[in-house]
Amino acid sequence: MPDGILADPRLWHIVALSLAVSVSAVALATLLGLPLGASIAVARFPGRQALIVALNALMGLPPVVVGLFIYLLLSRAGPLGDLGLLFTPQAMVIAQTVLVLPIIAALTRQAVEDAWREYEEQLRSLGVDGLRAALTLLWDIRFSLLTAVLAGLGRASAEVGAVMIVGGNIDGVTRVMTTTIALETSKGDLPLALGLGLVLIAIVLALNAGAHLIKEAAQRRFG
Amino acid sequence: MILPLRMTEVSFAAGGRTIIDRVSLHIEAGPSTIILGANGAGKSVLMRLMHGLLQPTAGRVGWEAEGAHRHQAMVFQRPVMLRRSALANVVYALECAGTRRAGTAAMEALEEVGLAHVAHRPARVLSGGEQQRLALARAWALVLDEPTANLDPGATREIENLIKAFDAAGTKIVMSTHSLGQARRLGDEVVFLHQGRVAERSPIERFFPQPASAEAVAFVKGELPWA
Repeated sequence: MPDGILADPRLWHIVALSLAVSVSAVALATLLGLPLGASIAVARFPGRQALIVALNALMGLPPVVVGLFIYLLLSRAGPLGDLGLLFTPQAMVIAQTVLVLPIIAALTRQAVEDAWREYEEQLRSLGVDGLRAALTLLWDIRFSLLTAVLAGLGRASAEVGAVMIVGGNIDGVTRVMTTTIALETSKGDLPLALGLGLVLIAIVLALNAGAHLIKEAAQRRFG
Repeated sequence: MILPLRMTEVSFAAGGRTIIDRVSLHIEAGPSTIILGANGAGKSVLMRLMHGLLQPTAGRVGWEAEGAHRHQAMVFQRPVMLRRSALANVVYALECAGTRRAGTAAMEALEEVGLAHVAHRPARVLSGGEQQRLALARAWALVLDEPTANLDPGATREIENLIKAFDAAGTKIVMSTHSLGQARRLGDEVVFLHQGRVAERSPIERFFPQPASAEAVAFVKGELPWA
């Protein structure tokens, strides 16, 4: 990769915006997805199996379809058009949250349900069920849930279709790594596209390595 | 207190098989009660029915103080520890039971079972015997379902000594076992369970020399085929 590209402040702006959008979306989806997944794991209600199937299926939502859906919601004629969010980083965060939420919720549901099978009698003998059981389980398997969050982060950082549609790939405003790579490749500027691709891979690798180290250290400490 | 506990004509069936068959039992505070029986006699299911973890398919389980039974931790054959320190496990159980100053009480409970020195170690890295002692510290009216079934002789002795100490301190003990020796060492009275029915209930000093039922005679002699 030519040195000139790494020294370009525009590149680092693109990298920073990409991280800001994806990390915000994953944080929001985690806040919503962990309690949602844990509740479905512990609660028993009619239609639960159908909900689980739907949630699992939503993990495979095509990003362009989510992008289109959010575009229609936020466009001037859409129900949320007055908010003026279309083609802003906020719109990109919303779209990626919608994409990541089913992944985190579905993986959490499975992990908590497996743990519930192991803990159920002991917790019920202590008089614990419902919300308190869900919270206890979430806390007890928190390091395993890191994998669910990382899967969500992987989806968000690699995704291009949704952010392209709702962000518009505007230079300096909503241009992120993946949309830049797509654009530069189509323009024939392969060194920049390749450089950005390597930066993207390095970031994802670093985040996963960090999370892995945290998980290992915590498991040694808490058993 | 969960006691006195009254079971009236309690049956439990699962998968088309009757596991507990019209059992009536009245268990009062005081002497330690051993639920004795061969593997498959229905001991674990009976303990879970007593504890309210299973609902009977017929009959009634009644506690003196309704709702109070939910605050009694049960000790299982294989204890499940939360992924936190030994102390935090006991604190959690005490908080669930609504104990005030749970931290101090938990430390006292750990001292009682001889685990104060590992209070801050993760519960899951403790040995099988230590985990079962921790489970004892977490429970207080003791409902014990074969607590030594998965332990070696040394750890079994430690647990038995603890149960004796609890008994001496006035804690009511209801325990299931298939071990005649353990029943003799720990029990004041025996409820002998055979194929889901109470075949006999008698004080320990009478049960072993003179079992009243034919099934108990065979079991004591070691002749009862595995159910």
